Amino acid sequence: MSGSTYGGVPRWVAAVAAVGAAFVVLPLVAMLLRVNWADFVPLITSESSLDALGLSLRTSLASTALCVMLGVPMAVVLARTRFWGQKVLRSLVLLPLVLPPVVGGIALLYTFGRRGLLGQGFEAFGVTIAFSTTAVVLAQTFVALPFLVLSLEGALRTVGTRYEAVGATLGARPTTVLRRITLPLVLPALVSGAVLSFARALGEFGATLTFAGSLQGVTRTLPLEIYLQRETDPDAAVALSLVLVVVAVVVVAVAHRAGEPAGLRLRRRAR
Amino acid sequence: MSFELEATVLERDVSVSLEVGPGETIAVLGPNGSGKSTVLDVIAGLLRPDRGHARLDARRLFDVGGTGRGHWLPPHARGVSMLAQDALLFPHLSVRDNVAFGPRSRGRSRAEAGARAAEWLERVDAAELADRRPAQLSGGQAQRIAVARALAADPALLLLDEPMAALDVSVAPALRRTLRTVLAGRSTIIVTHDVLDAFTLADRVVVLDAGRVVDSGPTAAVLERPRTPFAAGLTGVNLLTGVAEGAAVVLTSDGHRLAVRPVERLRPGSAVAVSLRPAAVSAAREQPPGASGRTTVPGRVTDVEPRGDTVRVRAGTLAADVSPRDAAELDLAPGVTVWFSFAADDATAYPL
Repeated sequence: MSGSTYGGVPRWVAAVAAVGAAFVVLPLVAMLLRVNWADFVPLITSESSLDALGLSLRTSLASTALCVMLGVPMAVVLARTRFWGQKVLRSLVLLPLVLPPVVGGIALLYTFGRRGLLGQGFEAFGVTIAFSTTAVVLAQTFVALPFLVLSLEGALRTVGTRYEAVGATLGARPTTVLRRITLPLVLPALVSGAVLSFARALGEFGATLTFAGSLQGVTRTLPLEIYLQRETDPDAAVALSLVLVVVAVVVVAVAHRAGEPAGLRLRRRAR
Repeated sequence: MSFELEATVLERDVSVSLEVGPGETIAVLGPNGSGKSTVLDVIAGLLRPDRGHARLDARRLFDVGGTGRGHWLPPHARGVSMLAQDALLFPHLSVRDNVAFGPRSRGRSRAEAGARAAEWLERVDAAELADRRPAQLSGGQAQRIAVARALAADPALLLLDEPMAALDVSVAPALRRTLRTVLAGRSTIIVTHDVLDAFTLADRVVVLDAGRVVDSGPTAAVLERPRTPFAAGLTGVNLLTGVAEGAAVVLTSDGHRLAVRPVERLRPGSAVAVSLRPAAVSAAREQPPGASGRTTVPGRVTDVEPRGDTVRVRAGTLAADVSPRDAAELDLAPGVTVWFSFAADDATAYPL
């Protein structure tokens, strides 16, 4: 393939693509130009900043773990079984992708809030979820889950069931097949799906604000902190934004590597 | 170990029954789409038939579509291993772990499973490949490992679905030899297109066509005295059908009278099959003078196919092998008229 030099891309397509790339990159450059480098370190190490950063990382990791625990079984059921109403269910599961996060936050409030569908029950045991760190994790999981389910389901369908059938005829129970064949085969997609979920959780704003509020150290994650600082201290907001951009770039790079089929990577290394 | 199956899959119009005796290898032959793979999937538990039942030794594998609630043993509980055209080695496991997968899944310890894997790798002459990854194997090596993996699971019945079909012709003989050794004394069903597989590996063949068993019996009998055009095609013999007119005369369905050599008594008026090797048929452009014991049949050439040192000339249901030089001299081409002739001794006749 690398020997072929034929590109076949019309010039005008390349030109429009360049405009699109500029549209994505320029705002980042504009932000970089406004960073107050002299005070950069003090700005991102202030108490409120560190609180927000620590909370964001902790909650995003927790919600990523929750996404994996719930999302893997969901993807397996969607990809490997057929039942009545499955198409409808898949659309519903993916709804948080297209739903405005604020709407998600309101929905969560009416589910887990003090007077919510389930919240009333929790309240009876003295457990309050809304406006707690738990609420942050739930809000992030709600918006991030579809990323994991979507990427994993696609991978499961691509891998197909042939290896699983072989495993079953060799005497492996369904759980053994899942653990020793299915999951290892889709591991790259699982990793990239988890990384995407983590990134989405890290950037979550609307649902968190609506469902969890903005309490320093408890529910005020980095995006909320940035939004708040923007009013009083624009330099701090820009500095923290840069931190988020760096984390996002790292995450995208990791996801991109993990998303490659393992065999391809192996072959390239051998060359 | 003995196996019995009776199953109907309506969606694919497959309805078969077959048996495998203890330690017996049967070959299932049939054209594409005849339902061979469907049958294997049903036996392995990967496809649920609409009705039918199967028994492996004392165990009921399934019994569905009857009046009762039905019985369905999942694939992992059947003791039936399947080997497909592609080796399908688990790409994320080493060769050794692939072979150890079956024993591990059946609860053997890591050490026991490892020892068993080593033993089977030895038996298929692949011990030195144990630490490789499947991506580092050739097609022939991978299929060899797949054989070891299927057998290490200690199946009561082994299913082989065209195991040689995806292999290079240069490596197929070695695998065939391996299979002949490891399949000895093991209940096996092998689906194949290759008559050589049937002759070297199978005790008995079953011919499937359009989802039904159309012929079965000992390999040599079925292939040397074919009853179906498919079985005749496998060994490349001519198959003519007709009715017996006398003890050694057959009237074919297209109206030719053949002098034949009956290998069983032919009752006049009964249906008869005649098999005839193309090499025993000669071709001419003019009607040859009649000779006693020789049959002469005219035909219009439909196909001329060079096959190395001979040319196969086909005219309708009959084919003759002639030398390339004769083919050129006779100027044989589709559309011209030829006269085929053959001796009665070469035309083996048997009741259908």
